Amino acid sequence: MRKAVVDTHVCVACGCCMKVCPRKAITIPKGICAEIDQKLCVGCGLCAKECPASVITLEVCEK
Amino acid sequence: MKQNKKWYDYLWIVSLTYLILGFFNILFAWLGLLCFFIPLIISVTMGSKSYCNKYCGRGQLFALVGGRFGLSRRKDIPKWIKSHYFRYGFLIFFFAMFFLMLWNTYLVFAGSKDLSTVVTLLWTFKLPWHWAYHGTLFSDGVAQFAFGFYSVMFTSTVLGFVTMLLFKPRSWCVYCPMGTMTQLVCRARNGSSPHNT
Ligand code: SF4
Ligand code: SF4
Ligand code: SF4
Repeated sequence: MRKAVVDTHVCVACGCCMKVCPRKAITIPKGICAEIDQKLCVGCGLCAKECPASVITLEVCEK
Repeated sequence: MKQNKKWYDYLWIVSLTYLILGFFNILFAWLGLLCFFIPLIISVTMGSKSYCNKYCGRGQLFALVGGRFGLSRRKDIPKWIKSHYFRYGFLIFFFAMFFLMLWNTYLVFAGSKDLSTVVTLLWTFKLPWHWAYHGTLFSDGVAQFAFGFYSVMFTSTVLGFVTMLLFKPRSWCVYCPMGTMTQLVCRARNGSSPHNT
């Protein structure tokens, strides 16, 4: 299964990803960068499409 | 997309109204100070970017026009625009220009310069805007600040629209000085990793 992963170094913390995630898996703790709850993410890729900085990728992960 | 809309999902109407009001009476430009102070106050006092994440009407406007209305190529933004060099550089440039604008306002206040009823686009092109000026009860400086501030807002909107068309709808957010600044404030306040503290 694939999950969304944020390149935190270049994330601008704008929150576009957060707004589109159907699972509400994304938060931006303390305004620094987006954080994805891997347990909630279903790998739909909506956030990656929306991210204006294109810093979200979908990575294959175990289990 | 079905989502529960909250009241703050309609703040794009406020942003749009602001831009339109500037065409009728430039003094409304003063209201734009809210978009400077609210995000700053939120980031300083609460240490979050909830302004960007929830309330920013400008971001919503771009999302609406570029996303819902499809006026965007939806391409990846070039790497250099999202680099820290460019983002911080743009922030510095933006504020340098902002202080220059304040200085000009001061000169008009002090009476050593005449009011110029133009809106300056991209810090270069002077657009005649006298039709939105109907005099002020106060000093000419009050109007000068309005013209200067509206120039800032107008310029950033135009830049935002161009990058919206070329890249993703909210591309402006990548290099938006307010966004960069509030993120820096949050970083400074909370340590650079979200897992700290
Ligand atoms: S891939 Fe889908 S479910 Fe996972 S974080 Fe992104 S939008 Fe949410
Ligand atoms: S949309 Fe992209 S840049 Fe914006 S907060 Fe999400 S991951 Fe970061
Ligand atoms: S980055 Fe700028 S335009 Fe984007 S949501 Fe934040 S304040 Fe608004």
